[in-house]
Amino acid sequence: MDFHITYMADDSHNRRDESRFKNIYLLRLSYKTGSRTGLNMDLEYFSQLFFGGLTRGSIYALIALGYTMVYGIIELINFAHGEIYMIGAFTALIVSSVLTLFGMPVLAVVVLAGMAAVVYSCSYGYTMEKIAYKPLRNAPRLSALISAIGMSLFLQNYVLLAQTSDFLPFPSLIPDFEFWEPYAHILTSPELVILITTVVVMILLTFLIKFTKIGKAMRATSQDKMMASLLGINVDRVISVTFVVGSATAAIGGILIASHIGQINFYMGFIAGIKAFVAAVLGGIGSIPGAVLGSLVLGWTESFFTGYISSDYEDVFAFLFLVLILIFRPSGILGRSQAQKV
Amino acid sequence: MLKIRNIQAFYGNIQALRDIEMDVREGEIISLIGANGAGKSTTLMTICGVVPARHGEIFFDGKNITNMPPDKIVALGINQVPEGRHIFPFLTVMENLDMGTFLRNDTDEIKKDLEYIFELFPRLAERRSQAGGTLSGGEQQMLAISRAIMTRPRLLLLDEPSLGLAPIVTRQIFDIIRKINKENNTTIFLVEQNANLALHIADRGYVMENGAITMTDTGKNLLSNEDVKKAYLGI
Repeated sequence: MDFHITYMADDSHNRRDESRFKNIYLLRLSYKTGSRTGLNMDLEYFSQLFFGGLTRGSIYALIALGYTMVYGIIELINFAHGEIYMIGAFTALIVSSVLTLFGMPVLAVVVLAGMAAVVYSCSYGYTMEKIAYKPLRNAPRLSALISAIGMSLFLQNYVLLAQTSDFLPFPSLIPDFEFWEPYAHILTSPELVILITTVVVMILLTFLIKFTKIGKAMRATSQDKMMASLLGINVDRVISVTFVVGSATAAIGGILIASHIGQINFYMGFIAGIKAFVAAVLGGIGSIPGAVLGSLVLGWTESFFTGYISSDYEDVFAFLFLVLILIFRPSGILGRSQAQKV
Repeated sequence: MLKIRNIQAFYGNIQALRDIEMDVREGEIISLIGANGAGKSTTLMTICGVVPARHGEIFFDGKNITNMPPDKIVALGINQVPEGRHIFPFLTVMENLDMGTFLRNDTDEIKKDLEYIFELFPRLAERRSQAGGTLSGGEQQMLAISRAIMTRPRLLLLDEPSLGLAPIVTRQIFDIIRKINKENNTTIFLVEQNANLALHIADRGYVMENGAITMTDTGKNLLSNEDVKKAYLGI
């Protein structure tokens, strides 16, 4: 933790970088260039905010899925989940740098680096569950929660020591291409790639959960662990699979955002993780469609509030919104009420 | 088929089972009766590996299954319908039945079993795409038993299948239990508070008090036993 504090206090250059990192969308939005499209300026600005929020929301969704799935099964807020996302981005950076050095074509680099990042993050997710949560399965819930926070700090500092505290430039893995002229400044090509990737991941995930045997076992386990085991389901295995799947989506999110923003840092998982957690709670933690909806709502809220009011209060709006939702609808937008027939 | 020897189980420091000894033979219907808190459900949970046994051994077909993980025990052919039915409330009736086939891969046989179940309980066929949590108590019990049948158990443990059901539904459930026993040669281990009903369909019965087996005999003899009559039949 010491390292981290020193870094925040002394390195004003990097601190500036961090705010740039956070406000990347807003920077883009602040060029109010003259209308090249013949559209109404207000409508154009609105569309920019809309797509900016959508992209941001879909990244949150990729991370929030992991929170919500893990919570659905073992009722644990896995605070180290954001770190998995950060590790995904770092792995992609290392692998893609090495591959580029060997002169591989861009597409091969993207695919291989993506796969390596996903596999590596999954193994972290799997190991994390075995080390930090499984021994505490029958302990009070607070113990597992504290273990999760410890895991988060450990992974941050591990990457800080093993890599660096600096912001590292991340190659733009998503190529810029022309697809929607003259509207490209409303929805840029990297944003389009992020959206498409997210949609594909969501479809695959829905298929996995709805129709496959392991997916049904995941749902059954989240509803009644004891009964699931009485039907021959290996609950420990289902929990491991949940962590692995959640880590995979988080890693994909990490690669997408890193490649879009162009830099990564050991601390990037923290704020993204907290935001995704807010999104999961907004949507109703434990519910998968809820996590997606909550993420989009959060993305749009941030985008519109910052775009129309002020970008300085971005996080304030996000968390204010969380407080309001928790006051008026504590179980979240799509959260299930606990009552059930016995 | 099932041999229980000197089993002791604890919840914290409280002893729930005291040196339980039981035998279940292939094809039998066994009833275990007793008052609330006697340890009947704990006995079933210990057989299934959910509650750990601190002493003693349990054998299934000669194999020591003491403290094996529950999913491994299910794979051997023991299945339990727990008290309170434990239907997955947000899965549909069909998906609940599907969960029963988790360990099976014989698609054709699964289809046959499904037809058999819809024949036994036409009600479930009507409601196949409804969420399990929206069924009535009786329908949930039917679903719970059906889900257990889908695992093709050789030994079926039933915990209080009559709990909270109207008398007519109870009778229907008991008829089905007997039918499963006759038609599929499934061994039945029944835990019941409704001693009268349970002993009527049982080949043999056990009486449990304060975590210990106090009496065992054929169902018929227990029904006419004076102590049992006074304590459990209210005669």
